[in-house]
Amino acid sequence: MTHILPLLETVLTKYSLVTAFAVVALLVWFSYMLSTRLTRGYLHGSAIAILLALVFAYWAGSVTGGKQGVADIGWLGGVALFGGAMLRDLAIVATAFGVRFEQFVRTGLGGVIALLAGVFVSFFIGAIIAYAFGYRDAVSLTTIGGGAATYIVGPVTGTALGASSEVIALSVAAGLVKAILVMSLTPFIAPLIGLNNPHTALIFGGLMGTTSGVAAGLAATDEKLVPYGAMTATFYTGLGCLLGPSLIFVIIRALVG
Amino acid sequence: MAIYGTGLLSLCLLTGLFVGELLGRLVGIEANVGGVGIAMLLLMWGAERLRDSGHLPTPTQSGILFWSAVYIPVVVAMAATQNVRAAVTGGPAAITAGAAVVAICFSLVPLVSRIGRNRREENRK
Repeated sequence: MTHILPLLETVLTKYSLVTAFAVVALLVWFSYMLSTRLTRGYLHGSAIAILLALVFAYWAGSVTGGKQGVADIGWLGGVALFGGAMLRDLAIVATAFGVRFEQFVRTGLGGVIALLAGVFVSFFIGAIIAYAFGYRDAVSLTTIGGGAATYIVGPVTGTALGASSEVIALSVAAGLVKAILVMSLTPFIAPLIGLNNPHTALIFGGLMGTTSGVAAGLAATDEKLVPYGAMTATFYTGLGCLLGPSLIFVIIRALVG
Repeated sequence: MAIYGTGLLSLCLLTGLFVGELLGRLVGIEANVGGVGIAMLLLMWGAERLRDSGHLPTPTQSGILFWSAVYIPVVVAMAATQNVRAAVTGGPAAITAGAAVVAICFSLVPLVSRIGRNRREENRK
């Protein structure tokens, strides 16, 4: 038996992407079973799968001390490829297949308003919280505000402005908290905010902005809404990186003196 | 053949990402500006054209639909590889900032959704 386990691990590690397919399939199957058996479909199977995945990621992070959740466990390394930016973006684009072009153009203006509102509100709320925690310089405030936008906007803004590495790390953590909360809470909040139609999904994507959070949150709410939210969300990080170190920094600097 | 569909999808993504990088450079930032969104528009537009002219047979479509169908498992894998520990142990400032922003943006959804809708209806009159 002691000889068999290392042998199995060798196979699983060597074919890690295939291992990832099998493991994720198992997790999704188990989650959908829980959904029908325990909640009679009230809680979506995909919502349970995402919640369980986050729990496993936390557990794996605590055990390995790594940054990639379960992918830091050798034979589960393929999960990082399966759920990485490359295949994620391919799958997101594929969800747009079959959506009518004109439907997007019609909601265009609402999407632009949502994007601008989302970026500005996130920066300023983040900066206010940072101020409450004792940060007083415009560079740190803007960087943490950027983290409250997304965990990419934070470090990009911080690097451009020359923030300390401690503040940049804090901004990444704030962005991660946001992404994880959007992933896990969206299915529960959706009925309260009328998130059940393409128009609102588009607005939601623009306001939230975190691609991973929006992608997973909408998948757990209603799969049909994914392309609408994902579409606006993909413009958010770029807009945040553009406005953060420039316009928003100038405004925050003027406010704190 | 299914690979034609997957090829079309891949070309749309690559083109979108390239344009997104160009847009980023143009405005002077090292980030991709809406690459995936542009790719989605390309695919919608391209698929509509091909379908209308009868160049999108079922096998070709299946090469796109497969990727759309594995979307949820991909997202589950993405969730499983997030740095959840860093988020949970990021300190009270990070957790407060993340949570406050999510709460406020959630509550803004119905509001902004109404603005966009009203404008649209006015335009139609």
